[in-house]
Formats: sequence, structure tokens, C-alpha cells
Amino acid sequence: MNTTKMATSSETTLKKTHVGNKKKPIKRYWHGTETNETGKKQTPKPTKPRGGKRGLTSLPLKRHWHGTEKNKSNGKKQRNHSERTPKQTQPSGEKRALTSLPSKRSWQGTKKNETDGEKQRNDNEQTSTQTEPSGGEKRLISSKEDPFPGTAPIPKNSLKKFKRGEKQEIPRDAWHKVKCAIADSEAVDDMAQKQNARFDLLLPEDAGFLEGDEDEDTCTISQEDIANAVDITSGAKYFNLALSQFGPYRLDYSKNGRHLLLGGRRGHVTCLEWQSKQLMCEMNVMETVNDVKWLHTEAMFAVAQKKWLYIYDNKGIELHCIRKFNDVLRMQFLPYHFLLATASATGFLQYLDVSVGKEVAATCTKAGRLDVMAQNPYNAIIHLGHSNGTVTLWSPNVKEPLVKMLCHQGGVRSVAVDKTGTYMVTSGMDKKLKVYDIRSYKPLQSYFLPAGASCLSLSQKGLLCAATGDTVQVYRDVWGTPVTKPYMAHRLKGSVWGLHFCPFEDILGVGHGEGFTSMVVPGAGEPNFDGYDANPYRSSKQMQEWEVKALLEKVQPELITLDPSMLSKVDKSTWEQRHQDRVKALGYDPLAKGKFIPRFKKKGRSSSGNVERRKRQVAHEDQRDEIRKTVEENMERAKERKQYKKEQMAAAAGQKSALDRFRK
Amino acid sequence: MVESKAAKRRKRKTQKEDKKTTSATVLQRIRDAEEELHQTQTEDVISASEDEGGDDEERKHSKLLDAIRSLGGKRRKKLTERSEASIQVSEFAVNAEGEGDKIHLSELIENIDKASTSLSKAKQRLNKLKNHHSTLDTPLNRKEAEQIQREVAFEKTSKLVSGWEHVVNQNQRAEQLVFPLKQELSGPKRMEHVVSGWKAQTPLEKEIFSLLHANNQPVHDVVLTAGEESSIKAMSLEEAKLRRAELQKFRALQSYYEAKAKRQKKIKSKTYHKIQHKVLRKDYLKHFDELLKTDPDAALEELNKAELSRMKERMTLKHQNSGKWAKSRAIMAKYDEGARKAMQQQLEVNKDLTLKLVIPTDEDEEDEEESVEALPSFVNDAEPIVDAVNPWMRGKLSTEPALQEESNDMETSGARPGNVQAEEEANHLQEVEEEVEETEEEAILRGFEERRKMRRVEDVEVTPMFVGDNKELPAEKAEAIEVSDDDDDNDNEEEEAEISTFTRLFQGLVKNHVDSPAETAKMGASICVGQDESPTMLDEGLVRVMAPEDLELLSQGDASLMTTSAPRIEQTDSQSETQHAGEKKRKIMIDPNEVLTKEAKVIKVPFAPTAVDDVEGMEEQRVIIKEAFAGDDVVSDFLKDKEKQEEARKPKDLDLTLPGWGEWGGIGLKPSNRKRRFLVQAAEPTPRRDLKLPNVIFSEKRDSSIARLQVCQLPFPFRHPKEFEHVICSPIGHTWNTQNAVQKITAPKVMTKLGTIIEPMSREKYIKNQELVAPGRKSDQYLESDKGTQNKKRSQQKKKHKPKKN
Repeated sequence: MNTTKMATSSETTLKKTHVGNKKKPIKRYWHGTETNETGKKQTPKPTKPRGGKRGLTSLPLKRHWHGTEKNKSNGKKQRNHSERTPKQTQPSGEKRALTSLPSKRSWQGTKKNETDGEKQRNDNEQTSTQTEPSGGEKRLISSKEDPFPGTAPIPKNSLKKFKRGEKQEIPRDAWHKVKCAIADSEAVDDMAQKQNARFDLLLPEDAGFLEGDEDEDTCTISQEDIANAVDITSGAKYFNLALSQFGPYRLDYSKNGRHLLLGGRRGHVTCLEWQSKQLMCEMNVMETVNDVKWLHTEAMFAVAQKKWLYIYDNKGIELHCIRKFNDVLRMQFLPYHFLLATASATGFLQYLDVSVGKEVAATCTKAGRLDVMAQNPYNAIIHLGHSNGTVTLWSPNVKEPLVKMLCHQGGVRSVAVDKTGTYMVTSGMDKKLKVYDIRSYKPLQSYFLPAGASCLSLSQKGLLCAATGDTVQVYRDVWGTPVTKPYMAHRLKGSVWGLHFCPFEDILGVGHGEGFTSMVVPGAGEPNFDGYDANPYRSSKQMQEWEVKALLEKVQPELITLDPSMLSKVDKSTWEQRHQDRVKALGYDPLAKGKFIPRFKKKGRSSSGNVERRKRQVAHEDQRDEIRKTVEENMERAKERKQYKKEQMAAAAGQKSALDRFRK
Repeated sequence: MVESKAAKRRKRKTQKEDKKTTSATVLQRIRDAEEELHQTQTEDVISASEDEGGDDEERKHSKLLDAIRSLGGKRRKKLTERSEASIQVSEFAVNAEGEGDKIHLSELIENIDKASTSLSKAKQRLNKLKNHHSTLDTPLNRKEAEQIQREVAFEKTSKLVSGWEHVVNQNQRAEQLVFPLKQELSGPKRMEHVVSGWKAQTPLEKEIFSLLHANNQPVHDVVLTAGEESSIKAMSLEEAKLRRAELQKFRALQSYYEAKAKRQKKIKSKTYHKIQHKVLRKDYLKHFDELLKTDPDAALEELNKAELSRMKERMTLKHQNSGKWAKSRAIMAKYDEGARKAMQQQLEVNKDLTLKLVIPTDEDEEDEEESVEALPSFVNDAEPIVDAVNPWMRGKLSTEPALQEESNDMETSGARPGNVQAEEEANHLQEVEEEVEETEEEAILRGFEERRKMRRVEDVEVTPMFVGDNKELPAEKAEAIEVSDDDDDNDNEEEEAEISTFTRLFQGLVKNHVDSPAETAKMGASICVGQDESPTMLDEGLVRVMAPEDLELLSQGDASLMTTSAPRIEQTDSQSETQHAGEKKRKIMIDPNEVLTKEAKVIKVPFAPTAVDDVEGMEEQRVIIKEAFAGDDVVSDFLKDKEKQEEARKPKDLDLTLPGWGEWGGIGLKPSNRKRRFLVQAAEPTPRRDLKLPNVIFSEKRDSSIARLQVCQLPFPFRHPKEFEHVICSPIGHTWNTQNAVQKITAPKVMTKLGTIIEPMSREKYIKNQELVAPGRKSDQYLESDKGTQNKKRSQQKKKHKPKKN
């Protein structure tokens, strides 16, 4: 019998610095402008020190289980703390809590010196050192040298994490003013990146994981074992609800993971605060329930019933019956757009703006019954799976699919999209599980599941859950190295109907024929939450304020595009049209590069030969630049290769010189 | 500048005025004379009754003469003679001589000369007075005066205003301005600031201060630390002077050198330059020799350099006969033998330079050898001198060295002196001298060549490098002879030699480069041929391409173009390109086999075996599904869909033919081919994004909803969308930036402090101190280093205008 041990998380947090912490960057579709920009959202959780007493140190250390869920035992205290720091009226404020830190000043002047980490100096000192390199002034009245001069170095990893794309080249023929503007914006970017990297320190939590004995598969560890091994709070999160009467259940967690909504096929709808098992409402709608979905808060939810779409509040009172949305089979809620997207049996994809109650778009997909649906959290695009093996991507603004991908030989059974909007996982009738990169629309991995997967769900940290019949398998890193066996597996009493990972918790909710099961899946949830975005510990007041703010910051449905950075781009076709009109009006192209005419020089220096020579000097300048660049690149590559070879040779020879220790 | 101009103008004006005045005086004088004449005439009329006519006439005449005389510059003293008493002569006063004339000062002074010295002072003064005769100019007319006044006023004011330019510019450029501008900084002050305005009084304070002083810390003098002061003092005045003198001297020397170089450069004598050039070359060669012996690597470098220079030369338009000199020569050429010769030399050089480098590789040489017999015999003959001048007649130098080698094989090197002798008859002595030098140089060049060869062969054995006669290098005999043959007559000989050697080198290189592609091409051709010969290969390819599922597509007739990435099939395609020229345009179909062919990895599921019933159920389900989708080929459906989409997007050709126009029309009659010109071909559509993704269809529809929100007209400084995108793409919101960053990024351009009076900028503060502060800038910055971020820009801008404290 295996025994488990909870590693004390406080220990780990102490040991592990943020340097080695490689978190998957979160991308939001309203992120819009930047490509690599990440992590700002995984904001500092207003400090949630984990209790160090959870670990059962008396047990032999065999299996590690680093839970990422919040420690409930000292939750009260923490909640107070968390309430204190963030002010909801101000947006996104990981940073606000940090104002006590020595603020960086005069960043503009200093950016030159700040290369990487070590060379950074305190800004005050920087200016002085810039002006006076003699360094006579570094010493102040105290006459003692600072042993660690300057600000603390920024680790390269976090710098890289917050990098905002590659630096583009400034067009050579740009005007001076433009060049200045570009340089300014670059400086701003640089500064912002550095500050972000500096404050990355405040995202201290790590995702946990499950570790088996030697030659023991983690997938054979049962939920009971885990529940027994972990602390009581975490252990209580594994539970079963036996609801065999109203048959298979669909479920949904609210955005902050506190509330659970269950909808039985035979009309049973219930919502509860699942951690405290507090029932909020329970009813039977006396109709078939196809899908349930929380709206922007836990105060309202939508239920797709046999005929129409209904909206209830958390007391179970029917608020709306929306007749325009009939025969809805699946629903998705786009939280930043306040859009409820529904897919119906009649083949319609409809969008309902829940903030104003208006239907935004209704598209006939002409693809039959729409039973498979997912949303891309990065760009709010809806993915639909069809019986002809294709997956189509939709936005409310275009009446045809933006992209149509052929994914399976048979029909598509389920689709899930990664939080960063990078990967899409599909399963089909052909019993295959496929992973696509939806930036390039290329297949990455293809797996064969013996029984196929009926439901798929991706967690915040990228764990994939696939349900086949009555079993649930969790896979880790399906898009990286090909996996051969699941990370975890669990058998349920009935066949699985609904599947959902709980946000910010290591919990997987499974709705099946015999009720509902809450499973513990270590490493599933995002450990660092953004208190201004989805705060699991928020008070009702905070909730109100958040709602107001979210409504104010609502993203309009017109902005939904495949590439969220479209807004920051110039509308090329219109611009070109305008430009052509202008050219016509002016009679010449103002942007065209003028032909080079050599200046006339006196004293016989404008002889034809001379003129020709001067002309040749500027001819093919662009081309030459390009050539130079490529040559340089090639040289560098060759150099690297050589270096690599050399290193390999050295490694092969196994010779170690005494100077090796000084090498980096 | 303006002032000086104005001054000049004024000067000119005054000069003009002077002239005017002088001419005016002359006129006045003439006028006076005439008047006088007139008067006299009237008087004459009066006195005519009394005086005799003859007397009258005489007087008139004399007066006229006087008047005329007075026109001349010098006024002679006229002596009036007194003949008798008249009415004009009173009895009381004797009519003195020269009555009515001015008394000149000099006349008075003359007498003083002899007088006592005491009067000398007065005399001097008077002399001065005499010399100083300045009359005031007439005042300018109002218009001009006003203009001048305006100009001066403008200058003054613009000077005044331009003093602000710097300040205004800086304020405009500043990212943030905080009004009122000169505001006391809030927040904690630095220790030094506090301390500076405060004296130590209590014993404790004194003690502390003494300690601080001992540590050379800045206490009172905040601006300069003790260390700084000491460093300033480090250089004494003498040292500075010395250094200055040194620099002066250095600069002077430099300027001398420059001047000399300029002078030399300006010398137009060709011979001078020729000699100069020669000297340089000699030096260079000597140097090279030494290098060869001492540092072969460096020598190689030099060689490379020479090659490079040759390349550059080839790139330029030199020796094209397009320069000034060449043009003048061209004019002269008709009459002057020398000019013609020079031109031809130039042409020759040019020809050598621009020669294509297709020189005998080894194979070519063989070919040449084979074709030697076919060549006319006169190739081997010595060239007549007349022809030697014409480059086109003797162009074989570099193109066919092998030939010459051949021809010269029989000749011994001994023949060379004879040649030289023959030329000596024709040429000047000087040229002969040159030639001697040239031969030396050539020998060196041959040395280069040998080295090159050695390099090429990668022979490690080192033959001794030499700079000597041809006989020492039997291996290079042929080339030597060739060169000696070239020795004929012109100045450019050695250049030629150089060129030829370089060309040969290049040929080597080019050959190496060219060979491989050529060979591969050959190989490719042979492969093609082989494929032609063996149809089995073709068949094989086709079989590979086709899959049983393609039957449908095959019927559509696209089978031939379903190319996989197999290179061999590509080759066959390329080979049959000529046959299927028309088919080139046809789109490439996607191979259905490529779609969804990723290998699936089987995952072992731990619970699979236990759920027996389920598996059975699944099996059943599978069978059912299989039946349901029996006729369904998902892939081909998808491909058809894709094709349809592509078709729909393609722009269609516009047919403007009028059937029956100019010919018979009707049912079953097609418009003739002649009318094809009325078919307007549609432009080729932009390539689809999903061209290379077989399993994806992109919608090419434009999303107008986002386009409405995008920028389509660029704001002022931006001209290209790229520039603008560059700037607006960086996020500024709270979601992506820390609070500090957001504050900095979104700081307002102008900030005003509530409740404060914003005074206009005063001149004293901003302009006067500009000069004052300049030297103390360093320290100023030091002071400012502790200022807050928000004030940074302001402080930067203020730096220069801040009055120096202390």
C-alpha cells in the first residue's frame, strides 16, 4: 500500500524562486496587441502563504503531492488580507500592491545601461554615474561602499517571459519625427517589460504534481488514496453526488471556481457553492436539459431546455425565456464580451449579449446538428465540431466559417481549446485524439484511444481530460512529447456526460449518469490568480464593483477576430485605396522613392565617370543591406555551429581543463 | 552679418553722395562762370556807351578765359593789372591784388615758417585743421533712413527673440511640462542640500563635521567634492600650456602636410605623376618581396588586396575614354599620333578589364590544343607594331594564353633581348628604362602566380621565392615568355600582366564554382535521359502518386499533376515541362493521402479491459457508424469543397466578343479565334492562405466590422502603415503593465498645480544664465540626480538654465 505525503508548500515556495518557474503564459483575446505578452494576468495573488502544517511528516516520503488549491484552514485570515490589498475600482492591480517597493525612476535615461541584470544600478546612481564616470560620488556621507550596488538584477527568464515581440526595424526612409516616436514607444515597451519582469516575483505559487513510486504509474493511484493522503480540506474536495434519478449531468463552474452548476438531462438543475457544499438552489424544470452555463457572475445562469433557452437567477427564479434561441444543444459564455453563444440542433449559431439582452448575431452554419462546441479564450472565436469530421471557427461578424479544418475521418465528438489559444484538441468517431496548433492550423500530435473520447476538457495548466465511456483519463502535456499513457485515470459509475476543470483549483468535475464526481487532479489549476479578474475569495462588495468594472470594460462583439491584434493594425485595403486616390489627385506618388540624382559638383568633379560612380554607390542599396544581413546571419550561424561542434568534440573527448570552471 | 551688410550699404551710399556732391560743385562752378559772363555782358551793354568797343571785347575775352580756366582743378593766381583809375577804384582803399580771392591758410602759414618756434604748435594745429575738412553729408531721404532703421531694429529684435529658441524647443520636445516651471521640489532632500545651508555650532556637530572633512566628503561645497577639486587642480597652468603648444605644433604640422599633399596633387605634369607612381610601385614591390620572405601570410593578404583593387577597377568606368582627358584626346586623335596611341592604350586596358573570365580551364586548354591546327598560322607570327597598338588585334593576350604558350613554346627566353633591341629602335630611351623595371615587376608577379599555383596544388614543398630572371623559373617558362611577348611598348604593360594573372586566378575560382552546378546539370540531364529511356521509372512514380481513393479525381484528369514531394517525380515533371507547357498553369491538387495521415500513437488506457460490456457496446456502435458512413468519403468531400471555394474566388475572364459581328453567327457557330483579343484576361488572384495546408479552408471574406474600427488614415508624421503600427502596437493599459509603468506612459503632457500662479517665463531666468551654467553643468546634474521621476524631464530641460548655486 502506498502512502502519500504532502510536501509542505511553504518549503517549496521558499526554495523555488520565480526564476525557474516556467508558467504557461496566459493569453486573453482582448490582449489584443502583443504576441508574447503574458503573465500579467496571472497576477500576484495577494499573498497566500500556504500552511506548512499540512504535510504529514511522520509518513515515509514516497509520493509527493503538491496541492495548488488554496489552503482553506487559514483562509479567513488570508481573505482579509486579500481584501485589503486590491482596490476593485482600479483595474488589474497586481502592481498596486507593489507601490511600496522602491519605484524605478527616470527610466528613460537609464535604459541604455540596463542590459541584463547585473549591470543595473540604482537609477539615482545611474544618472550620477552617467554624468560622472569617475565614481567619486558613489560614496555618500556614510563613506561605506554599497556591497550590492544598484537595483537587484532581473532574471533573464522573467524578462523573456514578458517580452513583447521582436524589435522591428525602423524603416530607413522614415522621417525624423517618426523615428523619434518609434524610439519612444520602444523605450516605453522596454521599461514596461522590465517592470513586469521585476514584479513577476510576486507570483510565487507553483502548480503541484503527482509523483509515483519507482515503477509505479501515477494513473493507478486511486482518488481515495490521494484524498487520504492530502490534507483534510483538499481531501474533502473529492466527493461524489449520487443523483441517479435524473440521469446524466452536464456541469459548469463559475469563472472564479467557487460555484458549481449541475443540469441533469431529465430536468434537474441545481447550483451550489461546492467547496462548502452549500446549496443555492435546486429545481426541476420538467423538461429535457441540454446544457447549463453560468453567466458573468454566479447570480445568473442559462439553461438550454428542450425548446427554448431560459435564464434563472441563483435562487432558481426564472428571469427570461428567450424564444429566439430554440433547440439549443450547447452553450459557451464569452466573459469579456458578455456574449452567450449557443449552438442549436437546427444548425444555428447565435450570440446573445447578456448585458443588454440583445441578439448580436445568428448564423446558419448549414452543417446540421451542432452538438460540439468550444471557445478559444484567446480570441473569443467559437469552435464547432461537425459530423463530417471538420471543425469550423466562427466569429459573430462573419457569416461563413473563418476557418474550416478537416480533423477526423469520422465525425467530431469533442473539441477543447487551450487557454493560451495555441492548441486545439479534438476527438472523433475514428477514435483518434488529435492536437492541432491553431496558429498555423497544423496537426501536432495524433493519438489513438482504444475507445475514443466522448468528452474533452483542458485545464488552466494544460492538463487534458478525456472521457471514454465511464472512465476519465487525464493527460499531461499532450502537445509536447507524445504521451503513451495517462497521467491519471478514474472509473465512474455511469457513462460520462459532462466534464469540466475547476478554475484555480486542482479539481475536475465529472457529470455522469449516476450523478456528479469531483476528482482531485494535482497540477490542474492556475496557482496564481488575478485578484482583479477572477478572485475566488472576493466579497459581495468586491463582486459588485467587479461587475461594474467588467461592464465598463466590456469588449464589443465587433472586435472578435481571429487575430486579436487586428485593431492595432492599419486597415490596409482602405489605406491603399485612399493612397491611390491621392496619387491620382497629385499626379505623382508622394511615397515613392525618388530617383537618385547626383549633385552637380564643380571643378570637374561631375565628370560622367564620377557621376556614374556616385550613382553606383547608391544603387541597390536596399538589396545590399539585405545581402549583408543574410551574410551576417549565416556567419553567425556557422560560428554557432562551429562552437557547438567544438563543445561536442570536447565533451566527446572528455577532456576537462582547469579553466572550465570559469566558463559559463 | 546683417550689420556689416548694412554698413557696406551705407558706405556705398555715402560714396555716391560724395560723387554727387563733387559733380554738383563742378556744375555750380560752371554755372557761376556763365552767370558772370552774362553779368559782364549786361554790364558791357551798360558801359558800351562810355567804353570803347575794342576795349570791351578785350575784357570780355579775358573774363571768358578766366572762367574757362577756373573750370580746371587748379586755380591760378591771376594777376589783375591796374592800368588806370576807374569807377570801381575808390580813392580810400587801394584795390589789392587778387581782390575777391580767398586767402588760403597755407599762404598764411608760409610766413610763419620763418617765424619763431613758439608758433609751431599753432602751426601744427592749423595744419591739422587744414587737412581736416569734413563737410557733413546731406541727410538721407526719409524713406531710406526709415528702411535702415527698420533693418537695425529687426536685427536687434530677432537676436533678442532667438535667445528663446532653445528654451522653446526644449519645452516643445519635453514629454511633460509641469507648471509653474521653477518649482521647489517636494519630497525628501539630500543630505548635502540640507547641510549646505547650515553651520555646525554645537560641539557634537563640530566633531561630526571634522570627521566628515577628514573623509573628504562634500559638506559645504556641494557642487564640487574634494576629490573633484583635487582632480581639477591636478593639471597645472604650465602643463596646460605645454600641452596646448604641443597640440598647436601638431596641428601646424598636419596642416603643412596637408597643404603639401594638396599641392602635389594639383601638379598637372603627367611625367611627374608617372615618376611618382613608379616610385611608389617600386617601393611596394620591394616591400612585397620582403614580405614574401618574412611573412608569407601577409604577402598573401597583399595579393588579395591587389586582386580586390583590380576588381574595383573593373567595376569603375575608368579607361572607358569617357573622361575629360579622353574626350580631348579623341578630338586630337585625328591629327596627333600620340593622342591616338594613348586612346588606344586606354581602350586596351579597358578591354582587359572588362573581359569575361572564361579563360582556359584545363579542359578548355585541351580543346584549344585540339583546335590549334585549325587556327591560321599568323597567330604564331610576331605582331607587327602597328597592330600592337590596336587592342582589338592583339586581344588574345588574356583570352588565349594557352595558345600563346603553345606558340611560344619553341621560342627560348633568349629571344627576348632581341625583341627589346628591336623596340629600342622604335621607342625612346625612357621607355626602355621603364621596361627594365617592368620586367622586374613581372617577375615578381610571376612569383605571385607561382605561389598561387602552389596554393592551388596544395603542395607543401616550398620552392625558394625569387625575384629575378626568367631563367630561374623553368616551370614558369611559358608564362614568362608570354609576358615578355607583351613587353612590347606601352606603359600599361605591367598592368596588363597583373590583370592577366588575376584573371587567371579568377578563372580558377570561377571554374571551381561553375563546375559543380554544370556537372549537376549534366547529371540531371543524364538522369532525365535515363528516365526517358526507362519508362518504368515514370510508371513507378505514377503508381506511387495514385491511390485507390483517387479514382474519382483521376477521372477528372488531374492525375498527372498530383505530385508528391518525391524528387524523382519532380524531375520527370521538369523534364516533361516542354511537353506540357500548357498544363503548367493548372493548379496543384492536394493529394488526399496527405490529408489526415499523421501517424497515431496508441495510448494504453489502464481501465480499458475491465469495462467489457462497454467495449462490446462500442464495437457495436462502431459497426453501426461504419454502416452509416459507408458511402461517405469525408476527405474527398472536403477537398471538393475546397476546390469549389477556390473556384468561386477566382476572378473571371471578361468576354467582350460580339458573336455575329463581322462574321456569321448563330446556333452552333462559335466566334472565330480572331476574336480572342476581345477576351479580357482577369488578373491572377493573390495566392490563398491555405495553399500549403491541405486540410484547411480559410475564408477570404473581408471582416468589415473590424475594418470599421481600424485606422485607415495615418496621422501626420507617419506615412507608411508600418511606421504607425510600430507605435500603436504597444499596450498602455493596466492589464499589461504595472501601475508605475501605466502612470509613466499615460502621464499628461502638461500639468498645472492648482492654486498657483503661472508666471510667464522671465528672461533673466532662462536666457541669461544659459552661459553661466554651462561650465557648472556637471555639478548641476549631480544635484539633480536625486530628483523624482516626474521631474526628470523638467530637470533635464532646466539643467542648462538653472542659475548656479553657491
